[in-house]
Amino acid sequence: MTNEKSPAQAAGQRREERRVRDAEWVISTILRTGVLTSVAVIVFGAVVTLSRHPAFITSTKELHDLKSAPSAFPHSFGEIVRGVRLLHGQAFASLGLLLLILTPAARVGASILIFLAQHDRLYTLITSAVFTLLLLSFIAGRG
Amino acid sequence: MTPFEFCFITFAVSIIAGGFGSLLGLGGGLIVIPALTLFLHVNIRYAIGASIVSVIATSSGAASAYVRERMTNLRVAMVLEIATTLGALSGAYLAGRVGSRALEILFGIIMGYSALMMLRRRESRGSVGSAPWSDRLRLHGSYFDKALGREVAYRVRGIRIGLALMYVAGIMSGLLGIGSGALKVPAMDLVMRLPIKVSTATSNFMIGVTAAAGAGIYFVRGDIVPFIAAPVAVGVSAGALLGSRLMGQIRSERLRAAFVAILLLVSLQMLIKGLVK
Repeated sequence: MTNEKSPAQAAGQRREERRVRDAEWVISTILRTGVLTSVAVIVFGAVVTLSRHPAFITSTKELHDLKSAPSAFPHSFGEIVRGVRLLHGQAFASLGLLLLILTPAARVGASILIFLAQHDRLYTLITSAVFTLLLLSFIAGRG
Repeated sequence: MTPFEFCFITFAVSIIAGGFGSLLGLGGGLIVIPALTLFLHVNIRYAIGASIVSVIATSSGAASAYVRERMTNLRVAMVLEIATTLGALSGAYLAGRVGSRALEILFGIIMGYSALMMLRRRESRGSVGSAPWSDRLRLHGSYFDKALGREVAYRVRGIRIGLALMYVAGIMSGLLGIGSGALKVPAMDLVMRLPIKVSTATSNFMIGVTAAAGAGIYFVRGDIVPFIAAPVAVGVSAGALLGSRLMGQIRSERLRAAFVAILLLVSLQMLIKGLVK
């Protein structure tokens, strides 16, 4: 590669770098917001749980059930909404975990929009393919 | 042990998992799963569910910092994610159709081999020759290395072999519910010639999407138990945020050596599991 570039090439490169920086900023912000929000919701859920069940700090009886009772906690969207309305600690913890799981998918979805806005056809196509495959894997795993 | 003590120990272990995971481009499952199953006697099903949460938390927590510091190569990640998600789909299809023993042995051999390759090759990068595919996809990049105190430019090659290897890594993820960072980092380091810091940061970025592909199913199935997974999520996020601050200062050679050591350990563990079971 030569080091000499025409002014037009240099301007093109600067524009290119600027686009990458913008994409990086948006993606980084989405990831950070996703993680911090879910952690906050989980911690809130933990505080609620402890205030309702103070015995969790002192008693050793409940541990076995908590570790091996798969049906006792909300793990569908409807159950989580119901639990959150009733201010159940575990429902908040579940909600936080769900938000965390959705964060990477939100990041891929946002990338499509970024590349679309930047008129980058190639990368709009690439990220759309990733998003489609991600959706397919959700469906495939269910069946 | 009281429930509170259980959560606190899980939280503390997860901070360590998130810290190492974020530095090495792994998901932390290597630490979380054995800690939960061996020491806290958690059912393997729920340990895997928690491990998936750990992968996503490490990825999102560390990537937010790495992307901002321009350590992650976004374009490389997005191109390779096609192969990993496709692989994850194939893996989900294959699950239950192939023996896990043979896979574990194969996985162990591949990882052991790449560990030895990474050990052998020193920083003799030189020119990488022409790379028409990488040119077309605009994959070449640069990052600022704080330990060296200068900008490091790099060229990317071997994108097609890279895609093939990522497909294999995706299959492993789909089958075992892991991020497969241990396969992604060597593929980018050895084949595509990315600097080790860029390889780990980019792997970190990708494993979140790979894990998310399986996470929804595990969640609905009830394998992600909040009592176990919630302290993991909080601890790993904290660890990943801390670890990603350290990355800039660490020298590349040390990072590489640590990665090779972990790789050898995992490959040994896989081989033993596959051969002894």
